Amino acid sequence: MAGVAAVAGGVPGNKVDWRLAAPLGLTYLAFFAAPFVILLGVSFYADSEQTRLGLDSWTKFYGDAFYRKVIFDTLKLGVFAVLATTLLAYPLALVFRGASPRAQRVLIFIILMPLLTSVVIRTFAWIVILAREGVVNQTLIGLGLTSTPLNLLQTELGLVIALTQIEMPLMLLPLLTIMNGMDQNLIDASRALGASKWRTFFKVTLPLTLPGWIAGATLVFASSTTAFISQSVIGGARLVYLPALIYQQVTVVYNWPFAAVASFTLLFTVLAGIMALGWLGRFARTS
Amino acid sequence: MAVAGSAFPTPPRIVCAQMSATAASAAMTAQPLTLDGITHSYGGALAVDNVTLEVKGGELVALLGPSGCGKTTLLRIVAGFIQQGNGKVLIDGRPIDTLPPNRREIGIVFQNYALFPHMTVAQNIAYGLAARGESSQVQAQRVEEMLATVQMASFADRKPKQLSGGQQQRVALARALAMRPRILLLDEPFAALDKNLRLDMQIEIKRLQRQFALTAIMVTHDQDEAMAIADRIAVMSQGKIEQLGTPVQIYDEPATLFVNSFIGSSNLLAGRIEAPVEGGYRIALGNGAAWTVPSAGRFAPGQPVLVSVRPEQMLLADEAANDRFPVELKLSLPIGGELIHDVTSADGGSLKIAMSRRPGMASGRSGTAFCGLSDHARPVLFPAPQT
Repeated sequence: MAGVAAVAGGVPGNKVDWRLAAPLGLTYLAFFAAPFVILLGVSFYADSEQTRLGLDSWTKFYGDAFYRKVIFDTLKLGVFAVLATTLLAYPLALVFRGASPRAQRVLIFIILMPLLTSVVIRTFAWIVILAREGVVNQTLIGLGLTSTPLNLLQTELGLVIALTQIEMPLMLLPLLTIMNGMDQNLIDASRALGASKWRTFFKVTLPLTLPGWIAGATLVFASSTTAFISQSVIGGARLVYLPALIYQQVTVVYNWPFAAVASFTLLFTVLAGIMALGWLGRFARTS
Repeated sequence: MAVAGSAFPTPPRIVCAQMSATAASAAMTAQPLTLDGITHSYGGALAVDNVTLEVKGGELVALLGPSGCGKTTLLRIVAGFIQQGNGKVLIDGRPIDTLPPNRREIGIVFQNYALFPHMTVAQNIAYGLAARGESSQVQAQRVEEMLATVQMASFADRKPKQLSGGQQQRVALARALAMRPRILLLDEPFAALDKNLRLDMQIEIKRLQRQFALTAIMVTHDQDEAMAIADRIAVMSQGKIEQLGTPVQIYDEPATLFVNSFIGSSNLLAGRIEAPVEGGYRIALGNGAAWTVPSAGRFAPGQPVLVSVRPEQMLLADEAANDRFPVELKLSLPIGGELIHDVTSADGGSLKIAMSRRPGMASGRSGTAFCGLSDHARPVLFPAPQT
């Protein structure tokens, strides 16, 4: 649980010199907090010309089933990305734990490599892979598994596949760190006490690595729900998520109050997901 | 603490009666453990080299040796965490090599106790029973019984983090014993404990091991621990067992120079065989004295030898004699009931001499004295290593 302790941090009895945080704090105040307040103000204009005050933008957004579905789809996308990365990351983390230091360095390099490539490039690569004439479909047709190409682009499945690969390092890095720091004796003790490998995983490994998973899941959730480029390039016009909706309202429709409402909704959607994960972590620690 | 009560070799009668059912059934099932020609290497490095060891039912054998001697590898092979390259592990005559760790019914107490930090003391103790599929009623009953056995009944709902080192070790013992294991393995069980607590826990472990009539192996690099609680000690070096024997045998009759210098402290004096005598040899020491040393070993006249003498088997005297040699007293340290003298002999050798200290005595005589063997001395003869 060293990771948790480090996050919960703070050396007791030490005075914190807050002035050290001043440069970043002031920058945030000027370029994040202040615009944020302005944005909140803009959301209370009733019309796109920003002439009239009122709650019309809010009621219009939340009164429309289409926009409510966009919120739900965005949340769902985040949940799917978290689930998919989790299912792939845990087995890999177990492999990583058992690997020699040399193999671990190679694995870390492979895991980090996607981060060294631009998201745009990674996303377009997935188009090549998922398209109707792409690698996946050509292989499936070549093997005779399907006669008509599968529709993967502009589908949620295709997007989740691409996001899983793109967001994977965010899940893996915290998970690998905590997994590697876990005491081997705990696993050995569990095995010697008669527990099978599966039981050991669910009763010991999983609960003790949960803080790392929560950190990873938080990053993946926040990142995939706001992944504007991947969502728009792979999802296309058929799949609408909050980031694309905001972009469209700002640059195409020029309805800034409405875009402001959508922005706040996105922010609170992500926050809600993160808080749910945090609550899960507290629950797991006390139980 | 309540531990004081357990300082007697046999636990109080009431405890005996309370535990009689389990202790009696365990006594009948004390199973011998056999290691038959175990060999294991990591990569190219040989860690365990053809080790054969028979641990009798209900016996506690300590694997004693410096780090890297292969003792921990041996322990992990018995537990099933490492699959040995060669050789067999048998419990009660049946090989267990193909069994995974969770089917070997071996209890382990780890050096850092390895209690599950996210579980309470009671959950830790019940862990193995739950894994085995015991009903919650049996679990609760056994947990209560084990907590009473290790005198931790009031700590059932604590988390391991809230316990002291000694308490954690009691829980670790209870957790291992709750499974009614066939073999108990102890991995450096006292290394993480305060010195004051060690003796208490040594007595406690010995008591439990006897009470449950368990065949046990303890791994340690600390000779005092091994001496204190082992029935027999296997001194290991470079993957091999150098000597296997009772603590007294190991201390009084070290078989090799390695065992001699690893166990206790000793003075090594260079000399030469002069002639065989009845039951031993007459030795001409390099420092001029002549000793008659009993030995069953075979040495040729003129052969260079090393004579090992424990510090407490030497004395300092004022008068010269032909079995004494002159020394210069450098330093005297009063250590508890002993006075340790550091002396130098004429040929430059440094020796330690331990004498029992009378109250008020702070240092010995200074200057020149004559050093010889005390009446009960039993020096050991080794062939001098070739240089």
